[in-house]
Amino acid sequence: MFAAIASLTILGLLLGWLLGLASRYLKVDGNPLVEKVEALMPGSQCGQCGLPGCSAAAEAIANGQAPVNLCPPGGRALAEELANLLGVAVDLSGIAEKAPVVAHVHENLCVGCTRCLKRCPTDAILGGPKMIHAVFPDACIGCEKCYEVCPTECIEMRPVEATLQTWYWPSPAVAG
Amino acid sequence: MKLFKIRGGVHPDDLKVLSAGRPIEDLELPPLLHIPLQQHIGALATPVVRRGQKVAKGQLLADSQGVISAPVHAPTSGRIVGIGSYPAHHASGLNVRTISLQSNGEDLWSEDIRGEVDPFALDPDEVAARVAAAGIVGMGGATFPSAVKLNLRKRYRLHTLVINGSECEPYLTCDDRLMRERADEVLDGARIMAHALGVSKILVGIENNKPEAQAAMAEVARTFPSISIARLPMRYPMGSEKHLVQTLVGRETPARGLTADIGVVVHNPATAFAVHEALRYGRPLVSRVMTISGGAIRHPSNLRVPLGTPIQHLIDHCGGFTVEPTQLISGGPMMGQPLPSTRVPTVKGANGLLALTEEETHRGETMPCIRCTSCVQACPCGLLPVEMAAHARAGDLDGVVKLGLMDCIGCGSCAYVCPSHIPLTQYFNYAKGEMAARGRAKQKQTETKRLIEARSARMEAIKKAKQEAMAKRKREAAAQKAAQAAAETGKQQVLEDAAA
Repeated sequence: MFAAIASLTILGLLLGWLLGLASRYLKVDGNPLVEKVEALMPGSQCGQCGLPGCSAAAEAIANGQAPVNLCPPGGRALAEELANLLGVAVDLSGIAEKAPVVAHVHENLCVGCTRCLKRCPTDAILGGPKMIHAVFPDACIGCEKCYEVCPTECIEMRPVEATLQTWYWPSPAVAG
Repeated sequence: MKLFKIRGGVHPDDLKVLSAGRPIEDLELPPLLHIPLQQHIGALATPVVRRGQKVAKGQLLADSQGVISAPVHAPTSGRIVGIGSYPAHHASGLNVRTISLQSNGEDLWSEDIRGEVDPFALDPDEVAARVAAAGIVGMGGATFPSAVKLNLRKRYRLHTLVINGSECEPYLTCDDRLMRERADEVLDGARIMAHALGVSKILVGIENNKPEAQAAMAEVARTFPSISIARLPMRYPMGSEKHLVQTLVGRETPARGLTADIGVVVHNPATAFAVHEALRYGRPLVSRVMTISGGAIRHPSNLRVPLGTPIQHLIDHCGGFTVEPTQLISGGPMMGQPLPSTRVPTVKGANGLLALTEEETHRGETMPCIRCTSCVQACPCGLLPVEMAAHARAGDLDGVVKLGLMDCIGCGSCAYVCPSHIPLTQYFNYAKGEMAARGRAKQKQTETKRLIEARSARMEAIKKAKQEAMAKRKREAAAQKAAQAAAETGKQQVLEDAAA
């Protein structure tokens, strides 16, 4: 009788102490899914999804308020990864339609105002005051931030053209 | 010599009889050559010549960039008339950076070109460096820079060099003719490569439909105990390097590995010939032997072609078309790529040009799969093409990868046997391309992240520096004020003292 009471009391105290410790040291702030989603996002805070920045978008996606295919720079690959992570079905047919674009500076119109390069989230624009600016297409994510601020409208968003390295056969299922 | 069995494979009608009897002819020089800067796997070469410049045959036109790249050289002497975009020797029909060279008709080699009397006295690294400088790439069609493969000895324990003379693709006879006519040179190149690789054993695999080539090579090989000739059974795809090595050595290359993992390096006879030319005479790769064949070609031939020759020129040399071809193919009919036009230039990796007629292309209408599993039996890699294609059609790429897409060598055996004419190979090529595109997208994403982090760190630093500067200015202003105040009070003190 005494042994039973004692052992249960000790067990209760011990487990209670463990739970107390766990609640202190293993405390979780917010939804862990949000962090996971945010880690997958491009992180350029470009705002193309209509939400203020990638963390806001990640929160909306994790809470199911936004679709997983909302991120244009992330494209199809990101949408698939997010769908996998969240275990939701996703319609990918809409994403492929928007071909990726990169900015291109028309050099005869550029006045070297440096507004675009200050706004570029990936430092993809090279230039200085009163110098013609140029875009590194490999670093450009097509967020159109520069496109919006250019006072002379010298920036054009051009579709990314296939090269011999990036071209591949289309699917026969689509080709017909 | 004991040979080992491989699984699967098909026996297409080899049709080599069309051109096998024709000796290699030198093609007359075309007036204008278009030399693409991308004739290899890897980075585009960068031009080192200007428009209007006069160049000698064999002079460097564009230098390699990075480790996986290859330079290109002038195929003849003449003048550079342009550096720009020109249709590529590629199924896509896209343009690629190309140097256009107008021949002056003299075809004079550059004076700087000098060979080596004894290439075997050279350091293996030096041999590989010269092979790289000569712009030699895998001439069986893969166009992987050969020097990179010669340097594999640094990372792998190698024991054998295999010369892949199986030429299992139907129609093609260029390696056959090269081995018949230039056995000495091919084996000399092979021995130089073996020296560079640090291996003592050379195996030459030749299919049994080329008895003359086998005899010619065996004749020369008799003087070298290190070289043995293997007579291979006829079976497509015997020329796939992994399958060839398995046939010769009896060991399978690990999935997604290299044959070097089991100690073997494979090179093509044409590559061996190019290595011989580069080391003995110092000549870079500026021409290659090509088979021009197919039912629509009037006189099928084997030609030694300067690189950059428009393929129309080759067709004209062979008497033109007898009928309008339904398809123009670069390479063999099994793995070759359709060409968009006859304007495109010849390149280092093009071993054949086929103009096929309606009957030859067997273009049947695609029917639903009847699940006969002929493709499964034909697959030399032990895959399930029927399942893979179903997943690819549904857009489930992860499913295709799980079924072994990356082990598919794209040999086309499955599509060849399919009674429903399902374009299986195209499904797999599409899936591989899509996977590669996803890989690139992922890499771009990580790069983007890095750039953004670097930028925000910089912005943070600038902000901090500004704040500090502001604080410093404030401190200084305060100190100055205090000093001034002190001076004022000091002065006042003096005045007060004086007044007192």
